[in-house]
Amino acid sequence: MTLHAGVPETQEIFEEEFTDTGTWREGAMTTMKNSVPPLLVFLVFLGFWYLMTYLVLDPGRRWLLPPPHEVVTEGFLVWDTFLEIMEGLWLSTKVALMGLAIAWVIGSTMALMMSQAKWIERSLYPWAVASQTVPILALVPIIGFWFGFGVTSRVIVCVIISLFPIVINTLTGLLSADRGLHALLSLHGASRWTRATKLQIPAALPHIFTGLRTAAGLSVIGAIVGDFFFGRGKPGLGLLLDKYASRLQSEELLATVFVACMLGIVVFWGFGAMGRRIVGAWDPYWAGEQDA
Amino acid sequence: MAGAESVITFRETQMRFGRVRALEQFDLDVRRGEFVALVGPSGCGKSTVLRLASGLIDATGGTMDRATDNVGYVFQDATLMPWRTVRENVELLGELEGMDKAERKRKTDEVLSLVRLTEFEDHYPRTLSGGMKMRASLARSLLLDPELFLFDEPFGALDQISRARLNEELMALFGVKRFSSVFVTHSVDEATFLATRVFVMCARPGRIVEEFRVPFDYPRDPAIRYSTEFSKLAGAIAEALREAS
Repeated sequence: MTLHAGVPETQEIFEEEFTDTGTWREGAMTTMKNSVPPLLVFLVFLGFWYLMTYLVLDPGRRWLLPPPHEVVTEGFLVWDTFLEIMEGLWLSTKVALMGLAIAWVIGSTMALMMSQAKWIERSLYPWAVASQTVPILALVPIIGFWFGFGVTSRVIVCVIISLFPIVINTLTGLLSADRGLHALLSLHGASRWTRATKLQIPAALPHIFTGLRTAAGLSVIGAIVGDFFFGRGKPGLGLLLDKYASRLQSEELLATVFVACMLGIVVFWGFGAMGRRIVGAWDPYWAGEQDA
Repeated sequence: MAGAESVITFRETQMRFGRVRALEQFDLDVRRGEFVALVGPSGCGKSTVLRLASGLIDATGGTMDRATDNVGYVFQDATLMPWRTVRENVELLGELEGMDKAERKRKTDEVLSLVRLTEFEDHYPRTLSGGMKMRASLARSLLLDPELFLFDEPFGALDQISRARLNEELMALFGVKRFSSVFVTHSVDEATFLATRVFVMCARPGRIVEEFRVPFDYPRDPAIRYSTEFSKLAGAIAEALREAS
């Protein structure tokens, strides 16, 4: 019988509890620990890619999956293509962020109203859910019919698909405030306004950031998908994808896919960083994210 | 005790929630400077008494008179705002009641040192132990110097050691401040150690079935809990509680 049959996973959890107040060295170690494994996965992925291109694909069909270095040289090192993709990226980013901002204003207002009166919650909640279940593709023709096939319609698509997580998370947050604190505020004659600003909104912040982060990811998807249907005006990433695919320019196509992925990741990470910064000091969930 | 002025008086108070009779024929007098404890089985309406006393809810029958509006309420959980530091949590009621900034700071310093949390004033609640959170909660309610304290099983969630310790600290605070209290608890020992009078309640409908006078002088030595006299009294209260359940 051994007395020190320590379970490695448990040991790690306990150790983390004591090492997080780190020095510079420990900080660097944590960064290494967190970034090396995903980097290794990326290398394996690249290796698999080369394998597919050179060993699996027949030379005549190699255009289906050009090797990674050619994606870089054709997609990012040819100035005109690079410029075209960057302009597409800029437009899609603008569309996604505009959609997100509008959804945030509408969604927060809805959630705030719903948190103030049960009857408003009962009236609006099913519609918030419905906005999520309506297949966006079914609405596309009518959005185009009313708002044209340009940027406005793309923004509207973003608003519709990112509204739901904002409303639901914000509402959950606003209603999450402790009942004892509600009672305490009542005892000291707090007005509706005081209750909202001193209790409900601060209590909702962690949820608000969770909602925003999810919504931001969806909004990026909306901006790219919207492009496929509303092709008038300057092309965003979605239109570029469409164009390169139809012209069989696979290097440019893959480069655009890569940029679209990066946009999604950066947006997700950006709102995550914002959440950690603003509520990480006191909220256990976002504080836990700090290690990520 | 005769002649002492009452801080709060219940007369034939009745509280119904729909068809549920939470309290019926409830009578209680708490005199100024008196520490009253209520013990009773779960669901006997102990918390309802406190909600009525604070004015959070209104009785459906009988009367409740209170001689002061300066009431402190301490909940079962610490109910601190996680986004505020200990100091900011303690200042909350001062903000709500429009206490001016300098006064708020002075009072906050005072109550933080009373509960020995001065060095933790900049900590967020999530980094504190259960006992420290409860002390912060106590400090918060002390800020306005309430004349009447309502305690709703405040130490129920703590371990035995923290609980005994907080009982002693509360005893010391009572010695200094001499507020009046209604203290709801499940623990007979806690009630006997703290209170001048212990009331045993029964359930459905909730009302008082027995009253015990605790003869020990304040401040009470923690060691009295191990004396024969204390054990006898606590035993009698526990017996009454068993009959009421």
